[in-house]
Amino acid sequence: MMVADFPLWPEQASTFAKDVDALYIFLIILTGTVSVGIFLTIFGLAIKYRRRPDNELAQDYEPPKILEVTWIVVPTIIFMGLFVWGSWLYFHLARVPDDALDIYATGKQWMWKFQHPTGQREINTLHVPVNRPIKITMASEDVIHSLFFPYFRTKMDVLPNRYRSMWFQATKTGRFHIFCAEYCGTLHSGMIGWVEVMEPTEYQKWLAGGSEGSMASQGEQLFQKYACNTCHTNDATGRGPVLAGLYGKDVTLSNDTTVKADDNYIRESILNPQAKVVKGFNPIMPTFQGQVSEDDMMKLLAYVKSIGQNTAPATTPAPAGAKGTNP
Amino acid sequence: MTTATLHDVRLSGAASDRNYFNDEYGALSWFLTKDHKRIAILYLISVSVLFVIGGFFAMMMRIELLTPEGDLLTSDTYNKFFTMHGVVMIFFFLIPVIPAVLGNFLLPLQIGAKDLAFPKINLLSWYLYMLAAGIGLIVIVTGGVDTGWTFYTPFSTQYSNTHVFGTTFAGFIAGFSSILTGLNFIVTIHRMRAPGLTWYRLPLFVWALYATSIVMLLATPVLAITLVMLMIERTVGVGFFDPALGGDPVLYQHMFWFYSHPAVYIMILPAMGVASDVVAAFTRKKIFGYRFVAFSSLAIAFLGFLVWAHHLFVAGISVYSAMIFAFLTFFVAVPSAIKVFNWTATLYKASVSWQTPMLYIMGFIGLFTIGGVTGLFLASLGLDIHVTDTYFVVAHFHYVMVGGTVMAYLAGIHYWWPKITGRMYPEWWARLAALLVFVGFNLTFFPQFILGYVGMPRRYHAYAPEFQVLNVLSTAGASVLAVGYMLPIFYLIWSIWNGRPAGKNPWGAVGLEWTTSSPPPKENFHETPVVTWEAYDYPGMMKAMGETQHV
Repeated sequence: MMVADFPLWPEQASTFAKDVDALYIFLIILTGTVSVGIFLTIFGLAIKYRRRPDNELAQDYEPPKILEVTWIVVPTIIFMGLFVWGSWLYFHLARVPDDALDIYATGKQWMWKFQHPTGQREINTLHVPVNRPIKITMASEDVIHSLFFPYFRTKMDVLPNRYRSMWFQATKTGRFHIFCAEYCGTLHSGMIGWVEVMEPTEYQKWLAGGSEGSMASQGEQLFQKYACNTCHTNDATGRGPVLAGLYGKDVTLSNDTTVKADDNYIRESILNPQAKVVKGFNPIMPTFQGQVSEDDMMKLLAYVKSIGQNTAPATTPAPAGAKGTNP
Repeated sequence: MTTATLHDVRLSGAASDRNYFNDEYGALSWFLTKDHKRIAILYLISVSVLFVIGGFFAMMMRIELLTPEGDLLTSDTYNKFFTMHGVVMIFFFLIPVIPAVLGNFLLPLQIGAKDLAFPKINLLSWYLYMLAAGIGLIVIVTGGVDTGWTFYTPFSTQYSNTHVFGTTFAGFIAGFSSILTGLNFIVTIHRMRAPGLTWYRLPLFVWALYATSIVMLLATPVLAITLVMLMIERTVGVGFFDPALGGDPVLYQHMFWFYSHPAVYIMILPAMGVASDVVAAFTRKKIFGYRFVAFSSLAIAFLGFLVWAHHLFVAGISVYSAMIFAFLTFFVAVPSAIKVFNWTATLYKASVSWQTPMLYIMGFIGLFTIGGVTGLFLASLGLDIHVTDTYFVVAHFHYVMVGGTVMAYLAGIHYWWPKITGRMYPEWWARLAALLVFVGFNLTFFPQFILGYVGMPRRYHAYAPEFQVLNVLSTAGASVLAVGYMLPIFYLIWSIWNGRPAGKNPWGAVGLEWTTSSPPPKENFHETPVVTWEAYDYPGMMKAMGETQHV
């Protein structure tokens, strides 16, 4: 930006940005033309037909009725076009690429915590490689927040009761704003940070800079700490279902419905185990509501995901471990 | 005095000595009045006081935002100020202002009735409003509330330690005031029209009030339920919205917006009605496409119920429900567009007066158009993700609710001021104020569109330095706007004693309200009028003028 003090739009730093800006600019031209047209018409007519003597009356003339049909039909057609364009963008954003790098985020009053699959943790800063899709799975520890990357043209509300995910692919290296966009209390405007987009080699170097073990291995320790492994054994003898190979599969429940074992199913099964009991098992698992923090929950999730991939690598090709190399 | 006739275009007439002002004296004659005109005056004073309070909060925020750092107010105070600005302006100013002030005063006059259908319930509405406003003021002076006017859970139920209960209780009570006003208007419009005044002869302001009343009656109870659930969760801990208790915070947002989106139409529909009446009077022409404009009000009222989840595109709804709500949102824009085009077409071959009410309405059409078309940006799903919860949204809804509703209210109060008080306002000062409001408004809010797109989130006490230039522009505009809003308060009060006597019909306008004296007598009309003419029958008036060679 030439005039850094007076930007008209933020830098385009993601694959998504130029698509959003294209629709924005199209809408400015379209609505600007129509609005200015209306202003000039009103102003012009109001001058042309201004009342000269005080008692002057209007001419007894009505414009043709066909105008009504015109200005109902034409805007409706234009609106449908905008609807399609806007929805196309929205779909694009909702569909996470398969090879996305997984990152976990937690919002809490008033900071952003990020965890990398390899175990690195950071607060209010997020290091990501350039030119690689990044998927952020996130939850809130308290109120609703909203993770907003203006330079990537994307945001998503972060909820306290379930996982949500968003993705982006940065197209240039640098430092870009992170804001919280959903009002969350006293220091809402201080819940900000920076995303550091790095060259892949730099990112690898940064990742190598020490960690407490991968998220999955930390999750495995928690799996033992919370004594999950006493019931969820690796063979079919346990009182709970086997978790290896579970992630991403369909599960048949005791009421004969099926659900997909995704992030939110695993989360719910830990916090509210009676909600969806697997067919053939007794509803004996205690709730872990209030005992497992969001950080730990994400590690447990990473662990369950990792053993899911060990047995069924074909369904989820993205390597979750330290093997994360750039394409 | 002769009986009222439509085509009486004398610019001044002998005022009847007895009117609703001097019919009775004493405080009790006001506080126990059942006269819709006096109740309108009570509302006029109350909403004006609350507008000044809400405006004070706005001004303090704008001064704070002059610099990127949070230096004038603490974060908590700033958060309370934007919350109370929103609560006061929406619940205690924008929602009641046009229906309760102009609607109350004019609805019976425009349909040739002596009063509303339920005069005592009308007074009760004002007392409920005052009770709610009183609770709101107690909350403000005892520490305020910091949840945002939207009261999103779980912040409002589990985390905020401010007066959430008191504020939501005030909103709950204010809702009943709204419901009763809506009920009263609907019955009045159905049952109390003068002989000959068929639906298609009604002024479009009455159509707009009718559509508004339907929304008030059907949507407000949902707000009441939602706020009660919130109060129960906050005090007793029953889990409706709190995830720890098995609730869902997004459910709250659905319920809240099921009322609060239609509430936008409670604010803008009456404004559109004022615009139609003013455009007709100041062009001396029937509104082009009268029936389209009338039914577009009902279409907006109906479609307005089907779009609430467009506030939730990033909040946690499925891709497919987002698409359905986006689709319906584009549809609700069509009837609004119809109105704008029809008002514009009415000016063709008209006799356009540049007096103050028309200036405000030209401003209204312009600002409402900008507010409307920026709604298209927000309805476009992929774009909404970037701009939602930023200043773009702040600018958009101020263009609709302030540029739309407040401009139309100012147009209406100037247009009907001679009828309300029997006196003319000073035209020069009024035009100056209209100009200041228009310029100040655009300078305040237009930069906020850019600010939002650049990425400044709303409800930020401190912000990144690159946002400062636009914020300074916005604050500069706000000070011009404040002067523009304060001026009418002074010259309108001044004119009550010093204004030129207005006479029955200073504008040469068509409409039953202009056939009775100014101010009207307590019973509005000495004899029940019989209507034999169409709405806005200016051609008929022209004929009558030709016959009588009047003026």
